Amino acid sequence: MATTAVTGGKPAGSMRRLRATMHRRPGLRVASLLALPMTWMVLVYLTPLALLFVTAFWTTDSFTGLTKRTFSLENFTDILTEPAYYTVVMRTVGIAASVTVLCTLIGVPMAFFMARVASARWQPVLVALVLTPLWASYLVKVYAWRTILAPEGPAESWLGASPGYGLPAVVLTLTYLWLPYMILPIYAGLANMRGSFLEAAADLGSRPWRTFRTVVLPMVWPSIVAGSIFTFSLSLGDYITVQLVGGSSLMLGNAIYQNFSVSLPFAAALATIPVIVMVGYLLAVRRSGALDNL
Amino acid sequence: MTLSRTSRWILGVAMALGLAFVYVPLAIVVVNSFNTSRLFQWPPPGFTTEWWQAAFQNQGVRDALVTSIFVAVLATAIALVLGTLTAMAVSRYQFWGRNTVSLLFVFPIALPGIITGIALNNVFTSFLGGLTFLTLVIGHGTFCVVVVLNNTAARLRRVVGNVEEAAMDLGANRTQTFRDITFPAMRSALFAGGLLAFGLSFDEIIVTTFTAGPGTQTLPLWIFQNLFRPNSAPIVNAVAAFLVLVSIVPVYLAQRLSGDATGGGRI
Repeated sequence: MATTAVTGGKPAGSMRRLRATMHRRPGLRVASLLALPMTWMVLVYLTPLALLFVTAFWTTDSFTGLTKRTFSLENFTDILTEPAYYTVVMRTVGIAASVTVLCTLIGVPMAFFMARVASARWQPVLVALVLTPLWASYLVKVYAWRTILAPEGPAESWLGASPGYGLPAVVLTLTYLWLPYMILPIYAGLANMRGSFLEAAADLGSRPWRTFRTVVLPMVWPSIVAGSIFTFSLSLGDYITVQLVGGSSLMLGNAIYQNFSVSLPFAAALATIPVIVMVGYLLAVRRSGALDNL
Repeated sequence: MTLSRTSRWILGVAMALGLAFVYVPLAIVVVNSFNTSRLFQWPPPGFTTEWWQAAFQNQGVRDALVTSIFVAVLATAIALVLGTLTAMAVSRYQFWGRNTVSLLFVFPIALPGIITGIALNNVFTSFLGGLTFLTLVIGHGTFCVVVVLNNTAARLRRVVGNVEEAAMDLGANRTQTFRDITFPAMRSALFAGGLLAFGLSFDEIIVTTFTAGPGTQTLPLWIFQNLFRPNSAPIVNAVAAFLVLVSIVPVYLAQRLSGDATGGGRI
């Protein structure tokens, strides 16, 4: 805090002058509040991130394994000209998009029921039920699906069929993991929506489906976008789920992970791909007001 | 919109199916932890508490649990300090770059963890002489700030402004206003944010992989290392079931102590 507690007696003269100055200058108060957090973020987060992207323009000597610190676009031309990377990137973005769509399709009806149909007594119970799995460990949840989809596991013995390990299993597991991140913002958006809009639409003769499409959906859109930031980004960088349930398929995260120990510059160049995708996504959705819903 | 009986019924079924989708896998993990079959034969041929005993007696599991709690407590402390300061700045003042500041703190969780991981790993190994317990705490603290920031900023925006001004009009100075008005109003939001930060750190595996020193093993790291060893499978499963059951505690705490049913989510 800018104003340190002074117990007993009057604050010393210089202290009082400082307080008076702070009181007159809100800018100084902001600066004193932000000094520590911003220093931390710049030193611990922005600088490493910036250095990583500088590294992306360096290369690794294939004979000595040493990093050559001279500017080169070699990593990027390698990525762009190698079809295998194109396939991995497209597969990863496709998985992230499928997961986001599935989470929306499952999440919207659930959030709608919670916010608009369930009684006031049931609402907090349902919220708690949706929230609780977020606290169960990520690894445990992936592990649960690894168990379920295992050969002769519960899926096979109950349903008689299982997708087994592979891309469908990856999409299913990631949808499972990130679903609450989609439900909660939509629920908050729907719960804050005023009922009078819905009544007005009904009074004007709008049928429920039309009301949903023309009134509800535009109003909860920022919440859906807010949820999608998480479902999309979390899927984009994942490399553990695919190791556990993906069979032999690889995602971008695996490519980054594997190159990390061999050639940091190349891994850094690969890592710019999800960053560019996500920064573009965040900037695009900033106007929808979604970031205030995070 | 007045929903017909049919659409209410359909939405109810969707909710029930959704909850089943969420809970059946967790239930299977818990049931499997009592499965007598080492290979998790399904349906289980019989039940035993052998694996739970083995897990509780396993030194690796116990050490990893202690490390995880220790890291999460320190990361939460960092997040509480940095998050509260930032929340007070962004919720009370209009200043140039305010949205950018808020956005900056979202980045560590909005960008894939592997990027934060390799960026930190690169800097820690090149400039700080390698990875330690401390580098892990610094990494965790950084991505935990946002949950404290969001919870606290939302609370300050909603509750405090006018009341603070009223207090100061009535002659309270800044210190008194903070002690008697601002802090009590923030308290439950700080608690919720701190709880979320703890959970986020406790569960984190990707950034952990890249920032933990060689001797530092958290519970997620232990699980991941033992996941592919057939011999450890029953113990891993018992630890997993333990974590599923323990996850009820923070939700219960958040509901009881903060009176805030939503708790803000992890987001």
